[in-house]
Amino acid sequence: MEKEFLKLFELFIAASVINNFVFTRFLGLCIFFGVSKKMETAIGMSITFTAVMVISAALSWLVFFYIMIPLEITFLKIVIFIGIVAAFVQASDTIMRKISPGLYYKLGVYLALIATNCIIIAVPLINAGEKHTFIESLVFGLGSGIGFGLALTIMASIREKLELADVPRPFRGMPIAWVTTALIALAFTGFSGLITL
Amino acid sequence: MSHQHQEKVSYWALVKNGIIKENTIFRLVISLCPAIAVTNSVKNGFLLGAAVVFVQAMVNSTVALLRNFIHPRIRIPIFMLIISGWVTVVDMLMAAYARSTYKEIGLYIQIIVAFASILARAEVFASKNKVGASFFDGLGSGLGFLVALVTISFFRELLGKGTLIGYTIVPVKPMLIMILPAGGFLVTGLLMGFFNWIDMRFYGGKGAGGAGGH
Repeated sequence: MEKEFLKLFELFIAASVINNFVFTRFLGLCIFFGVSKKMETAIGMSITFTAVMVISAALSWLVFFYIMIPLEITFLKIVIFIGIVAAFVQASDTIMRKISPGLYYKLGVYLALIATNCIIIAVPLINAGEKHTFIESLVFGLGSGIGFGLALTIMASIREKLELADVPRPFRGMPIAWVTTALIALAFTGFSGLITL
Repeated sequence: MSHQHQEKVSYWALVKNGIIKENTIFRLVISLCPAIAVTNSVKNGFLLGAAVVFVQAMVNSTVALLRNFIHPRIRIPIFMLIISGWVTVVDMLMAAYARSTYKEIGLYIQIIVAFASILARAEVFASKNKVGASFFDGLGSGLGFLVALVTISFFRELLGKGTLIGYTIVPVKPMLIMILPAGGFLVTGLLMGFFNWIDMRFYGGKGAGGAGGH
């Protein structure tokens, strides 16, 4: 039992910090650069993202192991996973608008953006590829979501300061954001020796 | 005859537009994830770029072919279906014929399905144009992507390993940082700044600030 828990904890740390999706796997960069201009949007995005991540990891695990493997249609996993994620995001968009307009007003805009994020499709694919158990899939999804949130908030707090800096003209906007990310990524490589899996 | 000639010119213009004016990575700043993920060697960058060229051209052709049968309200899911179908084809081809590379970049091949650039070309161009033009538009957009990936991986492999396509070029101790994740961000950022500088200095442009998107 304790060993089990330790393994899950390792998976969580690995997914969130060591193999951070943004800094070492380079996924979700588009949203990462898109919404990291302000702290407020970054936090809103992180919360929505983590929730969607965990739920879609669970959904696609269930579909993968109870429908796709028995029917032997695992070769269709790309088509099916993107369908699940898109349908889930669309559904939660509609449900949230009906049930909780206040929450929708705050976080709804991020939902639309998430539908086209590559982390959201990468997590089910990795879960399926590594043959994670149900709990492991959930933990992996949670770790990925929190890791992404961590990256977003770090970046947002730096970029708010960067607005005031005197950057050479060709480098304003995107290029300097990339160079900044390079430095953060360099710091994150320090985590790579933390746990040896 | 003259009509044919004219068409040829416009096809070339479509391809050029995709490579230079609307370069996915450096000008539009979308579909960035693979720009770093697979560019630690020229070979990987080239293979992913080639996969994207194929998928983009085929998706555009398919969408153009079916454009009169797709109801506008459900077009996005249909486009996604077409894209994921072609991505699955590439994925299986790679898994069968390029095993060692597939082990390294397989995940990113599958992720092509979520590239905004592919959906964007299908939506903006292929759903309104003929098959031939759409094919060349897709080809140009894909080639622009390929060129960007090869450029980035050229610098990263040369500086990070001292090699090009596996052959040793610089026998001195290379800069390890360039093949680390951080190097990818650094090289892409610097190249983007450099192209902005050229644009401002010689063409009077404002530079691609790039809103960033998927």
